[in-house]
Amino acid sequence: MVRMGDVFKEYENGTKALKGINIFLDDGEFAFLVGPSGSGKTTIIKLLTGEIAPTDGEVLVNGFNLSSMRMGKMPHLRRTLGVIFQDFRLIAKKDVYENVAFAMRAVGAGGRDIRKRVPYVLELVGLGKKARSYPQELSGGEQQRVAVARALVNNPRLIIADEPTGNLDPPRSLEILMLLQKINELGTTVLVVTHEKTLVDRLSKRVIAIDGGRIISDGMDGYYDYYEEQ
Amino acid sequence: MKSNRAAYYIKEGFVSIFTHGLMSFASVCIIVACLIIMGSFTLLAYNVSYIIGQFENENIVLAYVDESLSEAVARGLETQIRAVPNVASAAFVSREEAMESFVGKYENKSLFEGIGADVFRHRFVVYVKDIELTAYTQSSLLGIAGIEEASANLSITRGLVTMRNIVSGVTAVLAAVLLIISLFIMSNTIRLGTFERRDEIAIMKMVGATNSFIRWPFIVEGFMLGTMGALVAYIAQWLVYTLITDRLTGGGRVSFITAAPFQRMSAPIIVAFLAIGILVGVVGSSMAIRKYLKV
Repeated sequence: MVRMGDVFKEYENGTKALKGINIFLDDGEFAFLVGPSGSGKTTIIKLLTGEIAPTDGEVLVNGFNLSSMRMGKMPHLRRTLGVIFQDFRLIAKKDVYENVAFAMRAVGAGGRDIRKRVPYVLELVGLGKKARSYPQELSGGEQQRVAVARALVNNPRLIIADEPTGNLDPPRSLEILMLLQKINELGTTVLVVTHEKTLVDRLSKRVIAIDGGRIISDGMDGYYDYYEEQ
Repeated sequence: MKSNRAAYYIKEGFVSIFTHGLMSFASVCIIVACLIIMGSFTLLAYNVSYIIGQFENENIVLAYVDESLSEAVARGLETQIRAVPNVASAAFVSREEAMESFVGKYENKSLFEGIGADVFRHRFVVYVKDIELTAYTQSSLLGIAGIEEASANLSITRGLVTMRNIVSGVTAVLAAVLLIISLFIMSNTIRLGTFERRDEIAIMKMVGATNSFIRWPFIVEGFMLGTMGALVAYIAQWLVYTLITDRLTGGGRVSFITAAPFQRMSAPIIVAFLAIGILVGVVGSSMAIRKYLKV
């Protein structure tokens, strides 16, 4: 669950990234966040993951109030999130299994739980047979699947995907989005930041459009065309 | 700390040493270099003290007894002399013994024919505990009724004390400076290692790892590197010290120098090296990782 109410963010250099944003995302929802470069998408993601604090307004994520939360609570918030990046951010020196398992270890999971959960998640993303491969031995699509598995392994309530298909060809991009849709159908809230018009239109999901630090539209399918008309 | 978590930290710290082999090697080399420089100056200071100690054994105050006192009365002053602070021991030397010793220094004994022992005075050879307090001991001895004169070579004493103070001071300052330099270089070397792993740290932060969970493997790594550096430095110091002291004192080339044997200082050196090595390793790691935890 995400509640962003009247959120403003001004950086130290004076850049006003967000100018009164309101976003409400219920549990189990799937939404796209679209907008041109510099529109404030990354700022929203950083606010949701607790990397930065809002200048004004309220940010609630999975029951944590980020506007007033102590730093000590940050790991607890992040354990309810799964974040996927455009550049995958896998650890080259760890194999697929270890890349996923270390996310569980980082939150204190025991060896037995890890041995049970990691193969299950790898199967879910279709990488059951690649567990002992290293990231550099995988295709871009497969690497992003590992990143999805890592985001998923701690059973998060919300998955935030920041341009997850930015480095992939169209068929692999669609695969990743279908995978995220599948995860969403299993009950996890998903927020995807993307520029891929074809994919956004194809999935017919909620689209939140942002420009100049303001929400310019929020609704079901077709809103992405706004940018095409500009 | 749960035992399985502790095992994870140790394993990760240990594995990281090998996966970042070059950085680990550089860190150990820095620790070794700094410890050897620190150790060499400490050993130099110790040896100066050791040599001064040997001089101290030979540094005596001669307390001459009033000529009018009989030998029995003169001998009776020993109790008062021993009671003077800083007096380690006192030995009575009679006129006859003094003459015998004096004459013994010359080959031509005929020079002393007809000269009686009465030209000499009864005296006490007084050994001091602390060479630095010789002048004070000398004046205290003069305060004893029956002691007419007390002589000591204060210029040599002052010279030795000054030398010891300078070497000790330089060593202390150098040790402190080297400790700070080691911490700085070690921290920067580990920082290079952590820079390579910044993505890994960022991902750990992103999945909800606590700062201590991320920090501990680095601390374990720093601890291991510090321990390795200390052990290598100890062995190298031993070899270098033995080689240098053998060259200096071996074959009687410089017979007046007696170096302290390494074994005499081996326990404090290994303890100090381990303490400093581990301190540098652990604090250096903690300093290096701090920046990346602020995400």
